[in-house]
Amino acid sequence: MRDFNSNSVFLFIAAGIIVVFVIAQSVFFLRKAWIRARELGIEASVLRRVVRGSAAFTVAPAIAIILGVITLSKFLGLPLPWLRLSVLGALTYELPAATSTAATLGVSISEGVTDPRVYSTIAWVMTLGILSGLIIVTLFLKKIQGGIQSLKKRDTKWGEIVLTALFMGMISAFLGMIFADVTIGLKGWIPVFVMLISSLIMLICGFFVRVLKVKWMEDYALPISMLGAMALSIPITRLLG
Amino acid sequence: MKKYSEKIHVWGRIWCSLAIVMFILYPLAASIYYGAWPSPMSLLKGLLGVAPIFWTVGAIEALTFSPMLGSGGSYLGFVTGNLTNLKVPCALSAMEVAKVKPGTEKGELISTISIAVSSIVTTVIIFVGVLLLSQLQPILESEVLAPAFANILPSLFGALAVVFISKNWKIALAPLVFMLVLFISVPSLANSVSVLVPVGAIIAIVAARILYKKGFL
Repeated sequence: MRDFNSNSVFLFIAAGIIVVFVIAQSVFFLRKAWIRARELGIEASVLRRVVRGSAAFTVAPAIAIILGVITLSKFLGLPLPWLRLSVLGALTYELPAATSTAATLGVSISEGVTDPRVYSTIAWVMTLGILSGLIIVTLFLKKIQGGIQSLKKRDTKWGEIVLTALFMGMISAFLGMIFADVTIGLKGWIPVFVMLISSLIMLICGFFVRVLKVKWMEDYALPISMLGAMALSIPITRLLG
Repeated sequence: MKKYSEKIHVWGRIWCSLAIVMFILYPLAASIYYGAWPSPMSLLKGLLGVAPIFWTVGAIEALTFSPMLGSGGSYLGFVTGNLTNLKVPCALSAMEVAKVKPGTEKGELISTISIAVSSIVTTVIIFVGVLLLSQLQPILESEVLAPAFANILPSLFGALAVVFISKNWKIALAPLVFMLVLFISVPSLANSVSVLVPVGAIIAIVAARILYKKGFL
C-alpha cells in the first residue's frame, strides 16, 4: 500500500481534472446561450452587462467559500475540499457530511486524517450524499420544465405568478432565518441590522439609478449592497456583540 | 433542425451524466490509488448520517429552483453547486437587470449566462485561494473580518428583499409572516432552512392562488 498523504500530487491532479471539466461545461453552456440570445435579438451590450454584474456579485460569496476550504482542509487536506466546494453542494452540506462521517468512524476532525480508509470513506460519503439534486435534474428536468410550460399555456399570468411565488417562498425562508436569534438579546439582532443596512444601501443605489440616472450602478447595485453591509457588519458587531 | 429548447436537454443530460461519473471518479481514484476501500458498513453508516436529509434537500432544490433557473441554468447550476447562496440570487438578479422574465426563453438564456459566469468566477477565485492559501489564511481567518463572513446571508437577502419583495409584496406577505413567527418561536430551525424553502413556496403559492382568484393580483 502507498503512503497516504491527503495533499498528494495524485489527489490534486484528480481534483484538478474534475474542476477543469466543470469549467468546460460552464464555457459550453455560456457559448450556446450567448449565440441563441444574439439570435433572439438580445443586444451584446445587455449580455456584457449580465456578465459584468454576475462576475461582480460572485466575488464576495466565492471568497467566503475559500474560508470553507480552509476549515475543511485542516482535516481533509486541500484537494478534496477544493473539489467539493468548487462543484456541487456547498459548505452547509460538505461540513456536516465530513463531520458526521468522521464521528461514525470515531475520528476527530481537529487533526489531519492519516488513515486512507477513513479518507476514502469520507470522500465517498461526501460524493454520494449530495447527488440526488443532480440526478433528478438529469433525469426529470425536461418533465419539470414541460409541466411549467403547460401551466403557462393554460394560464400565462398564473404561470408567472407561480414562478414568482416559488422565489418569494425562498426569500421568506431566508429572511425569517435572519430573525432566528432575536430572542437572545441585542447580539441576536446583529443579522437583522445588517439585513436592514443592505436594504438601505440597495434603496440608495435605486435612487442613484432611477433619479440621478447613474445607469452603470444598476448592474452593480447587488454587489455594492452586499459588500457594504458585510463591511458595516464589522463595526455593528463590535458595538453590539 | 431541433429547437434550442429541445437541444438544451440533450446537451444537459450528456454533460450532467458525465459530471456524475466524474464526481464519483474522485473517491474511486483515491480508493484504487491507495488501495483503501471503505467497509460497506462504515459507508452505509456515514451515508445514513447525511443522505436522508441532503437527498431530500437536493430533491426539493431541484423542484423549487429549476423552474426559476430554466433548463440551461439548472443543468449547469446543479453541477456547480452553491445554489441558494450564489447561483439562484445571481441568476434572478441578472434577469431583473436584463428586464427578462423567468420561465421565458430569453429569461432562460440570461439565467444560463449568469450562472455560467458565476461558476467560472467562483472556480477561478477558489483556485487562486488554494494557490495563495498560506498568504490568504491569516487575512480571511482574522477576527476583524469574521463578522463580515458570518453575515453574508443577511447582506445578500436584505438587498434582494428590497428588489423583489417591493414588487411582489402581496405574494410575499403570507410566507414572510409565517417564517418570521416560525423562526422566532423555534430558533434551532435556522439549521434546516433549506427544508423550509418549499414550505415557504407552498404557502406563497396558496396565498397567491387565493389573491389571484379574488382578483387582487
